[in-house]
Amino acid sequence: MIDTPDIDYAALSPVIALVTGIVVVLLVGLIGPRGRRGLSSALTLLTLGTTAGLMIWQLGEPDTDLVAGALRSDGLSLTIGLIVVAAAAFVIPLQLRDPAAEEAGFGETHTLLLGSVLGMVLLAEAQNLISLFVALELLSIPLYVLCGSHRSRTQSLESGLKYLIVGSIGSATLLYGSAFIYGGSGGATDFTAIAEGIGTDLADDPLVLIGIAFVAVGLAFKVSIAPFHQWTPDVYQGAPTPITAFMAVATKAAAFAVFARFFITALGPSADQWQPALAALAAITIIVGNVGALGQDSLKRMLGYSGVAQAGYMLTGLLVGSIAGIDALVFYLAAYTLMNLAAFAVIAIRERETPLGDDITAVQGLGRDRPELAWPLTISMLALAGLPGTAGFMGKLFLIEAAVAAEYTWLGVFIVVGSMISLAYYLRVIAAIWMRPAPRLAPAIAGAAPEAEAGAAEPPSRTGRAGRALDGTPSGGRCWLVLGAIIVTSAATIVFGIVPSPLIDFSIHAGEAIISMLGV
Amino acid sequence: MLTWIVFIPVAVGLIGFLLPSRIVGWWALLGTLVSLGLAISLVAGFDSSGGLQEVVDESWIPQLGVRFQLGVDGLSLFLVLLTSLLWTATVLWSALQYPDRPRNYFFMLGLAQTATLGAFLAQDLLLFVLFFDLMLIPFYFLIGQWGTGDRVRATIKMIIYTLIGSLLMLVAAIATAVLSADSVGGLTFSIEILRQVPLPTGSQYWIFAFFSLAFLVKMPAFLVHGWVADAYKACPLPVLVLLGGVLSKVAAYGFLRIVMPLFPDAAIQFQDLLLIAGVVSILYGSAMAFTQTDVRLIVAYSSIAQMGFITIGIFSLSGSGGDGAVIQMVNHGLVVAPVFLIIAILAERSGTEDVREMGGMARNAPVLAVLFVIVAMALLAIPGSANFVGEFFILKGVFETDVAIALIASIGIALAAFYSLRMYQRTMHNREAAPGVSREIALREAVVVVPLVLCIVGLALYPGLITTRGENAVDRSLAAVNPDPQPAPEAAAAADRGWTGYAPVAEGSAP
Repeated sequence: MIDTPDIDYAALSPVIALVTGIVVVLLVGLIGPRGRRGLSSALTLLTLGTTAGLMIWQLGEPDTDLVAGALRSDGLSLTIGLIVVAAAAFVIPLQLRDPAAEEAGFGETHTLLLGSVLGMVLLAEAQNLISLFVALELLSIPLYVLCGSHRSRTQSLESGLKYLIVGSIGSATLLYGSAFIYGGSGGATDFTAIAEGIGTDLADDPLVLIGIAFVAVGLAFKVSIAPFHQWTPDVYQGAPTPITAFMAVATKAAAFAVFARFFITALGPSADQWQPALAALAAITIIVGNVGALGQDSLKRMLGYSGVAQAGYMLTGLLVGSIAGIDALVFYLAAYTLMNLAAFAVIAIRERETPLGDDITAVQGLGRDRPELAWPLTISMLALAGLPGTAGFMGKLFLIEAAVAAEYTWLGVFIVVGSMISLAYYLRVIAAIWMRPAPRLAPAIAGAAPEAEAGAAEPPSRTGRAGRALDGTPSGGRCWLVLGAIIVTSAATIVFGIVPSPLIDFSIHAGEAIISMLGV
Repeated sequence: MLTWIVFIPVAVGLIGFLLPSRIVGWWALLGTLVSLGLAISLVAGFDSSGGLQEVVDESWIPQLGVRFQLGVDGLSLFLVLLTSLLWTATVLWSALQYPDRPRNYFFMLGLAQTATLGAFLAQDLLLFVLFFDLMLIPFYFLIGQWGTGDRVRATIKMIIYTLIGSLLMLVAAIATAVLSADSVGGLTFSIEILRQVPLPTGSQYWIFAFFSLAFLVKMPAFLVHGWVADAYKACPLPVLVLLGGVLSKVAAYGFLRIVMPLFPDAAIQFQDLLLIAGVVSILYGSAMAFTQTDVRLIVAYSSIAQMGFITIGIFSLSGSGGDGAVIQMVNHGLVVAPVFLIIAILAERSGTEDVREMGGMARNAPVLAVLFVIVAMALLAIPGSANFVGEFFILKGVFETDVAIALIASIGIALAAFYSLRMYQRTMHNREAAPGVSREIALREAVVVVPLVLCIVGLALYPGLITTRGENAVDRSLAAVNPDPQPAPEAAAAADRGWTGYAPVAEGSAP
């Protein structure tokens, strides 16, 4: 008789649903003809919907350890899981007309995407070093492939390779650091056991400190914290835009979840050692990200750098080590998801409608021609800049309040200084949308050299006609599913900026999870 | 009722998106008229002896200790009225001009009105900061989309300048609440509760610095006025009425509402610094106004000077200085609005905004000339105008505090006569400029300008309207910095002696 661990199937049900969905989507993709985008997308959305439903159900249940304590289903993992699932569900309709998904096959793309989602959900639940590493790899490997899935574009392949190399270095560093912590804490892999193993005696033991530093660096690669962010703009720019959108928000959410769980529960005893170091990293990240984004003409690169800066803001919530900080972090992640997804979706649509790619000229004159795209992008930019009336403002408010309460007022000042710098590039986009005339496009040759300077206020030529891609196929710009998703996220950005309480209640689950893990 | 006043404008703007674009201007006008009516009824129902009135106190973000608190007192009462009045004027003016993309335009105006009224009425520190920052967004769009010249650069400059202050103010506001959380028993942003337990002096200093920076930039004051010239040049004229007339007042109001009660030690400590900043603004603004040739910039720099007066009035930390500042805020708003509208009229007639090329506009337009002369006289604070009363109170307060500053500031009054008369002369008299056509004011212009001028005249006849209601609130605001309040005898006397509020003041000024 083998002694098997007792498995709580109810708490594990979201993971089970995801795994089932992956298998089904893969098989359907293999069996059916290549063009079955509708069925594959529907099945993927069904999987994500079921998972989300199960997660919401579990949110009311008490926290439980799963699979012999390797995973833990609690408020933190479920809130982050829901953010990840929502981001994936948003991306699916956006992929319907995506040339990359078309080329790679919908079944395969969706399987990889779901695989990555599974990795993220597991990562948010991970509470020992082994499951952390396995989940991180499960998250990353499908993303490497997805980044390179637009095989006819060199940039996409380049981005996939770059991400693979940098990501592997990050993973290796993390693994190396885990080994140090394993050794330093006396052979513990469980987070709580590590905390006990380190205790107060070993908190400044060199072995443990080296381990902490390496783990921090490994995770910093994933959430793109400076100076480990160099891959971010390149990969964001090269990857197919729907994948970039997913990667930008979901990876960040999942990696921050495990970052928070590991540092606050397992490394809590050494907080005095890592807090100042992370604070310095946060400050550097805020400045580097915001300065890097200045003057970027490629919108995806710009959002890549802006994502770096936003990671700096979020790191503030993490490093203060308080419950309010974790609440603020999850709130900000949710808000960030809303505002970033809408922005990427608009960029993706414009990429297909104009030959300008993701250049800033592609959104010029949008206010006059396509208000249904212009308003969401405007709202996203205002929210990312943290102006009042948007969820971004509330998120920053929450973060600054946590920082000030933990006597990190200077980091609060860094956040607002960063926001000021960021206005310069966010407002540039808004100015392009509303205050500059639409660009004059070269006659209908796909891939013609984009004209850099804006011409006189002429209606865009036939190539840029609304709702059509360059070769005349539908671009998704008029697809009600895509537009609906964009408008819903933008509306949510505004609503949570005015009435933030529901989102705060949601994010407070995460803080409660940390409380129960610490056993306070 | 205050909730309605605040949110009607933006609601009207949103509904405007559903209407045909021809009538959306008139619909917006209806909305501003409703808020003007509400503001008038607010004044009518105001109890001069009472403190905060019409209080709204709702739970908003309980997790962060933020409440939705509104209230009106003598400080904000007339600023609310001024805001509603000037917005009505702007919307009426714009509705008659049929702007491009009217739905967006009137929505932005509505959003701006909501934000401004919210800032004047907020009694929760965070709510104030939120509305204060929110004001910027609609003005950004209004200038950027409907402005002239190099508007994109101007807007970005404006936003960055003003948000540097505003965002630091956000940190300062949060710090205020967090640092007092222990002494007031829980996280709260309520100004009323926070003022009862002042912060330790050391924290007050830096928090005061952040708040002051925000307000001085917005005002604008000398050294942080870099955004003004570009923004005023690019701004469409009807919007400039609001930018020059109302927005700068929010900053001065912030000093009285927030800085004085919450950071009294710092206010006393930095009093001299702020007085000097005010005086330098007066001199610099006046000198620049006298040398500029662009009409808009003459008014822009004169506003810097006027706001300098208001600053020294506030930082005289005396009752009469504060009273003078309150009355002067309203006066300046009321005067600047018709000036910009008249500039718009003149610019249309003469095809330029350069005073060197304008001139002779009064030849066929006696009514317009009369209106302009009234406004110009009010701007230079001729005795008999409400501006005179305001400046008198301010100077009296400053004399009590610092004679040297008061003497230098008095020069500013003389300079005001120079620049406002120069502006009037160069545009209306002199030789008739070649391309210009002197035409009488048209009905669609008069319908906006005349009521505003009548308001100036009315206030000149009865400035006691403001002082009697404002006094009480000013004393309350200054209570912490001025522990032994000397009742402003002139203000009280003015109130007692009936409708000619300024008469006893004039007597007192001539020893």
